[in-house]
Amino acid sequence: MACFLVSGAEGIVVGAVRHAVKKSEIAKGVIDEEGNQLVDASTHGICWYRKLGWLLNMLWGGVLLLAIEHIWHGEVVLWPPFLTAMQTPDEIPVMLHEMATVGVSMAVLVTAVWVAATLVVDHVVKRSARYTQNTTTEGA
Amino acid sequence: MTLIVTLLAAVITTIVWYTKLPDNTYRIGVLALTYWAAALMWCVDGIACLIGGEPFVEIADTMAMLDDFILGLVVVVVGLTAWALYLLLKDPRNVMAKVFADRRS
Repeated sequence: MACFLVSGAEGIVVGAVRHAVKKSEIAKGVIDEEGNQLVDASTHGICWYRKLGWLLNMLWGGVLLLAIEHIWHGEVVLWPPFLTAMQTPDEIPVMLHEMATVGVSMAVLVTAVWVAATLVVDHVVKRSARYTQNTTTEGA
Repeated sequence: MTLIVTLLAAVITTIVWYTKLPDNTYRIGVLALTYWAAALMWCVDGIACLIGGEPFVEIADTMAMLDDFILGLVVVVVGLTAWALYLLLKDPRNVMAKVFADRRS
């Protein structure tokens, strides 16, 4: 009914957090004004500004495609009140229940996958740097 | 079927993204992440259907399957359109800026 709105709300919060993280990482010299990483990713890991960008991308991408599905099924319309469930008072609690269960689960799963992906990517970047260092030392 | 079509799109775009690395000019990862996130969200939706006594993926009703398949294709096209708009706005090759600069001069 409106489960994707939970991910949209998370997207707004993550967007604000990313904005604050950008300022902080610029101040620390981790990234430049355009968001390019200035420190070595193999030792410091990938900057949080970039990692949060992946989460934002996942959240808004998912929200867009699920919104299309909801429009297709007539659950979302392009005129007020936008959600067809809002037109019937009996359906409002059902919609809220769906948002609290399915919607929250969607946001949690996407975030959990993002956390796992960031851990794996940081590990891979650091491991590949160690591998390059070892092969260079052996070759010398 | 929408989930399957989206998963297929996610896998294909991930393979394309990987084969093009380290060249990230066209930000194919953005498209791949979009499809993966939508697929994850529909997985949750499918599990909710299972809990509610409905099938995870509709295969019994041919018309419903066809409808879901067409929706899957629409979703893939919308994803591609969003990615195209993202490319035009970000202009990673700086082509748009050059074109408009030429027009002005």
